[in-house]
Amino acid sequence: MNNDYEYVPKNSFTRWLDTRLPILRFTNEHILQFPTPKNLNYFWTFGFILTFFLITQIITGVILAMHYAPNSLLAFDSIEHIMRDVNYGWLIRYAHSNGSSMFFLAVYIHMFRGLYYGSYKEPREVLWILGCIIYFLMIVTAFMGYVLPWGQMSYWAATVIINLVGTLPIIGDSLTQLLLGGFAVDNPTLNRFFSLHYLIPFIIFGLVFLHIWALHVPGNNNPTGVSIQGKQDTVAFHPYYTVKDFFAYIVFLLLFCYFIFYNPNALGHPDNYIEADPMLTPAHIVPEWYLLPFYAILRAVPDKLFGVLLMFGSIVVLFFLPWLDTMKVRSARYRPFYKMFFFIFVLDCLLLGYLGAQVPEGIYLLLSRVSTFYYFAFFILIMPALSRLEKPNPMPIGISNPAIDQNARLD
Amino acid sequence: MQNISKILLILISILFLYGTSYASDDVNQETPKILKPGFSFEGPFGVFDRSELRRGYQVYSEVCSSCHSIDQLSFRNLIQKGGPEFSEEETKRIASQYTISDRFDDYGELIERKRLLSDRFPSPFPNKKAAMSANNGSYPPDLSLIVKARVGGHNYIYSLLSGYEETIPEGLEVSGILSYNPWYPGSAGIAMMQPLYDDLIEYSDGTPATINQMAYDVSVFLSWVSEPELEVRKKMGFVVIGFLIIFVILMYLSTRRLWKEVH
Amino acid sequence: MSDIPEDDKPSRRDFLYITTGTFGAVGAAAMVWPLVDQMNPDSSVKALSSIEVDISEVPEGGFLKVAWRGKPVYIRRRTAEEIIRAESEDKEDLPDPQNDADRVKKKEWLVVVGVCTHLGCIPIADRGDYDGWFCPCHGSHYDISGRIRKGPAPTNLEIPPYEFASDTVIKIG
Repeated sequence: MNNDYEYVPKNSFTRWLDTRLPILRFTNEHILQFPTPKNLNYFWTFGFILTFFLITQIITGVILAMHYAPNSLLAFDSIEHIMRDVNYGWLIRYAHSNGSSMFFLAVYIHMFRGLYYGSYKEPREVLWILGCIIYFLMIVTAFMGYVLPWGQMSYWAATVIINLVGTLPIIGDSLTQLLLGGFAVDNPTLNRFFSLHYLIPFIIFGLVFLHIWALHVPGNNNPTGVSIQGKQDTVAFHPYYTVKDFFAYIVFLLLFCYFIFYNPNALGHPDNYIEADPMLTPAHIVPEWYLLPFYAILRAVPDKLFGVLLMFGSIVVLFFLPWLDTMKVRSARYRPFYKMFFFIFVLDCLLLGYLGAQVPEGIYLLLSRVSTFYYFAFFILIMPALSRLEKPNPMPIGISNPAIDQNARLD
Repeated sequence: MQNISKILLILISILFLYGTSYASDDVNQETPKILKPGFSFEGPFGVFDRSELRRGYQVYSEVCSSCHSIDQLSFRNLIQKGGPEFSEEETKRIASQYTISDRFDDYGELIERKRLLSDRFPSPFPNKKAAMSANNGSYPPDLSLIVKARVGGHNYIYSLLSGYEETIPEGLEVSGILSYNPWYPGSAGIAMMQPLYDDLIEYSDGTPATINQMAYDVSVFLSWVSEPELEVRKKMGFVVIGFLIIFVILMYLSTRRLWKEVH
Repeated sequence: MSDIPEDDKPSRRDFLYITTGTFGAVGAAAMVWPLVDQMNPDSSVKALSSIEVDISEVPEGGFLKVAWRGKPVYIRRRTAEEIIRAESEDKEDLPDPQNDADRVKKKEWLVVVGVCTHLGCIPIADRGDYDGWFCPCHGSHYDISGRIRKGPAPTNLEIPPYEFASDTVIKIG
């Protein structure tokens, strides 16, 4: 594919450089000229948006670390110092805290897009798995970052989540102490969380490169799910997708700015503006909105250990998607049943998120159990079953050729 | 564009869903709906009213400050733009009414000095234990972030301060040292006794000091204490979002023009 | 279809693209400023950039050492004899010639930053060959006007910006 877009150095310097560090060749082939399906819709812009948000988080994070004190006696006040004294400190801190919400919002849309259009299927399994690892590391990073302001929610979220580890048989207690660096969440915990919260985003950054590498070997999937057949199906990434993605990014940025400037604490919890108090637990402990579905799954199960396993299982199951859904047809456009179950699944995730913020009693508990069941059933029962039973609708022959492929049904 | 509106619709519904789920989360079902008297700093163009802020400061310093600290606030903040905007001389005079001992003399004894603009507001109690023992075992919370730290924000503060009731509804038991306030979550009683009474203070600008007036003014002041950047933030937001709207239109037109060649 | 002929390219660089690009560049530049400005001294630091010092209790011939912007400042109340000595030495061969009158606002009070102009050590008061300051690091001697007289330091002790807020209060900075 790349042969159509061969890079030819134009002058003696670039020729010299090309034989030593082919960075211009790389840029040209993988960013500027990269052949991209011409029919990608706006759901495909979130990869670009996510890259920008990762960079935003890293830059604002490095800046916050210049003013923040990772010490249990100073942390809360140092955040207020940033908010009140540091030049534009409030802007940078609100950008960082709301940035994480935007990051997760974008990653969820990105993942649901992959799920809908079958982007995890052969030959993109590694791409999907790398994405799952990135997502898992994002959760870990966000959780540790949430502890740093050392408010009540920070402290108690850390306590609750680390206590989950304690449910593991035999090693539970020693592992908990190892993670805490003590017998309860305290200064050592805060210190190591700060250190790791600073480190992991750079690992994510590296993984993003692998993710893009793994994307550029088979090339992009597209809304039809039909593979690229030739030049007539593609356009160069630049300027077509750089401009289109940037447009989408600005739209997303508008939403981001609305939160920063007009509703900066809407996605947070008031209790986190109360300094951590190890002797007093807030009435309800809730995680940030983007982790609520997992919290709902955790609390849907009466057995503590089983609840923890299910919660982690809900992420682990994602890694096996390429082998659970073996249907050759990628896009849900041509899979009416999968499409229906997919939308139920989206609603199910939203419902789980809603339930994660409620007290698990009565109807809420029942709903949590039903929706947890559906969450797993979608992957473990529905996907393999549909792979065997579903008859896909007629499909076009190619991206630029809308004629119906008569052989598609034989796949 | 169809896709982008779809995406936006999804975003908005997610946010709405979680917004409502959080809001419904902490409010006790028996708690009446929080009063919303309307404040000048609400909304995208909201700014603080200077005279409300100044009166609110007077209420804080003459009433609240006997039990509640505002640790995060320095005297210099009273001068800065977007706050009560007291004059420098006025603020120096306020600061110098308080002392602090933070340096040692040549014999190792603490030196007491008057507070300066760069100093923080003093706490009424030397430490948390002292505060608790002076208040029947309850700690009067620091008010620096109180508006951000309570569900309902400034409206909650207003409702609470103006909403003390003498008669306890039937079926509720409120122990002797606690007071009944319908707005307090849980309703089992609040440790703070009713702090405001009509004409408790005399406003320097002559405004009649009713309970509601004082509750309102101090809610304004505490909102500023919690979010001193509010005015700057909203003004900057207007510029940034205005800029982005124009930019997004340009980007849309550019994208459309560029892609015309493809289809 | 995906291939745009080369000669078509200039037409794409038209008004719309240029405007959009300019907007993007302006937006990016504006975004960078807060990220840079956050490194400047914050408002709590700036609040300490000027201090007011009560000098009512300094005895004649004594001095006060205060911290200003992280550096020591000597406020010295000179005796009549010291003033005469400082002024009479104006005519001597000074490494960094300056009249005593130019170094003070009120003859009685000398205000200098107590940082040796050689390599930044802190000179000791009331020492040295000229009874002013002596820097122990490399042996610089300063006189009662804070002028360098002997040793490696190139210039006189620095005079901070200050003013008399009242007869008993000096505002430094």
